[in-house]
Amino acid sequence: MPALAGSLALVASHPTSVRVAPDPNNAGLKLPAGFGALVAAETGGKARHIAVTPQGVIYVKLNKVKDGKGILELHSQPNGKATMTGGFGDYGGTGMYEKNGYLYASSDHAVYRYKLDGKGEVTAPTKPELLVRGLKVGSQHESKSIVLDNADNLYVNIGAYANACQEQDRTRGSKGIPNCPILDSAGGIWQFKANQLNQRYPDGTRYATGLRNVVGLDWNPQDNQLFVMQHGRDQLHDNWPELYGEKESAALPAECLYALTKGSNAGWPYIYYDQQKKELMKGPEYGGDGKTPSTADYLKPAAAYPGHMAPDGLLFYTGTMFPAKYRNGAFIAFHGSWNRAPEPQAGYFVVFQPFKNGKPDGQWEVFADNFAGSAAKAASGRADHRPCGLAQGPDGSLYVSDDQKGTIYRIVYNAKK
Amino acid sequence: MALAGGALSLHAQHRPTPAAKAKAPTKADPAMAASITRGAVVYKNVCITCHMADGGGVPNMNPPLIKTEYVLGDKARLAHIVLAGLAEPIEIDGNDYKQHMPAQNYLTDQQVADVLTYVRNKFGNKASAVQVAEVKAVRATLPK
Repeated sequence: MPALAGSLALVASHPTSVRVAPDPNNAGLKLPAGFGALVAAETGGKARHIAVTPQGVIYVKLNKVKDGKGILELHSQPNGKATMTGGFGDYGGTGMYEKNGYLYASSDHAVYRYKLDGKGEVTAPTKPELLVRGLKVGSQHESKSIVLDNADNLYVNIGAYANACQEQDRTRGSKGIPNCPILDSAGGIWQFKANQLNQRYPDGTRYATGLRNVVGLDWNPQDNQLFVMQHGRDQLHDNWPELYGEKESAALPAECLYALTKGSNAGWPYIYYDQQKKELMKGPEYGGDGKTPSTADYLKPAAAYPGHMAPDGLLFYTGTMFPAKYRNGAFIAFHGSWNRAPEPQAGYFVVFQPFKNGKPDGQWEVFADNFAGSAAKAASGRADHRPCGLAQGPDGSLYVSDDQKGTIYRIVYNAKK
Repeated sequence: MALAGGALSLHAQHRPTPAAKAKAPTKADPAMAASITRGAVVYKNVCITCHMADGGGVPNMNPPLIKTEYVLGDKARLAHIVLAGLAEPIEIDGNDYKQHMPAQNYLTDQQVADVLTYVRNKFGNKASAVQVAEVKAVRATLPK
């Protein structure tokens, strides 16, 4: 009893920094000094995006229904570990977002919401409200990731069901289709109302276009703006071997962070961003040769990262647990590459991008590494874990989901600031 | 349970395993060994991006080539996938693979035979060679 009282007093004297103990091996992750990590839970599912309510309830969207559940509910214990307490939703998908007393979730075709009670628990798990339906889905870039702004608008990524809008997808030498027809209903971010039921395409607005596929997106609270991470196009060398070498194709094009406004056009499939030349380049499907910059007026990226690393999660950190440099900056979960062969694969880490006044400011750095388990596993693409979703806990912990094995990581800062 | 067990063991007894059918690429079969060597070059140039250096594919996207019936089974079906592509999602061991495979019909019959012989004898696989005539026969069935 005296020991318990003592620890309570200690916690009470540090109300903003809950001392959660990291795992002795930091859950296998490599982190900056002062940070620690623990495995909060092993879900065993393909854990895509995650959301944590202000009460600390964790919701995990599974890509594929497991044991009849497409969304898992977990509750945190005082030691930081989380216990699976339930699940619902008979559909797979990616999107998971919490705002103002509702949990939002997406399948690959539709967006739903669930009312949360005062404890952060879903009140009617079998009766979600269907917000949007009939969204286009092909056999690639199926994820409908979601975020809300502060004015009851819902933003939904609808990925282009193609690599570069070729007459024959991913086929060597196949030309791009003029006025790419995919862009009518995909390849962009659509805006819907967050509180209106049964919306379809005509009820929404194509908020931004020319975005091949976005999985990670977040609303920046500092400048009240939507930021998205695009997955850049694949296979420059495979499809245009006379124009691009293997090394160029492994490095290019950049994975881009875009700051969007209504009407933004990022230029897919007509252009791509070359982070080495720092130029928008004409795509080879549309007359480009790897050397000719585009003269068209497309949105330039706010920041650029190496090719093919697959940014699947974006989170603006607003917590106070981490040191001040992290506040209002962005964490980006890079799921890891596949189309860099025969060069080594890359990614499988969480990056920190510093921001100042709502704009990227300074060089990005790897924040949490070794999800793959070893350098060799990353290089071969046979990663043990692949980071996908990001969420901030009420205490400022950073949660990271893994859709390879279903691990939920919790990253904490324990050093004195 | 008894029925299932019996059916399974029957299956195992009577279905020739790929290994049993396969000719090992030894000095005794220099043609197959040469085909595998040429096929490795085709694999590196054409297939490696999606199916990866270890033949393991990419989760949810591109199927693995390791010990699957698609690779070790019917050679005509396998050649058809290379020449005509594959648009339907497929499931292997409970995992879905959805990305379209583009037709690789610009490859010669010899290149297709070589690369298929290679994948049927790489990544832990062991199966008979694919012959040029077998590829030619499949190509003849496709629309020009």
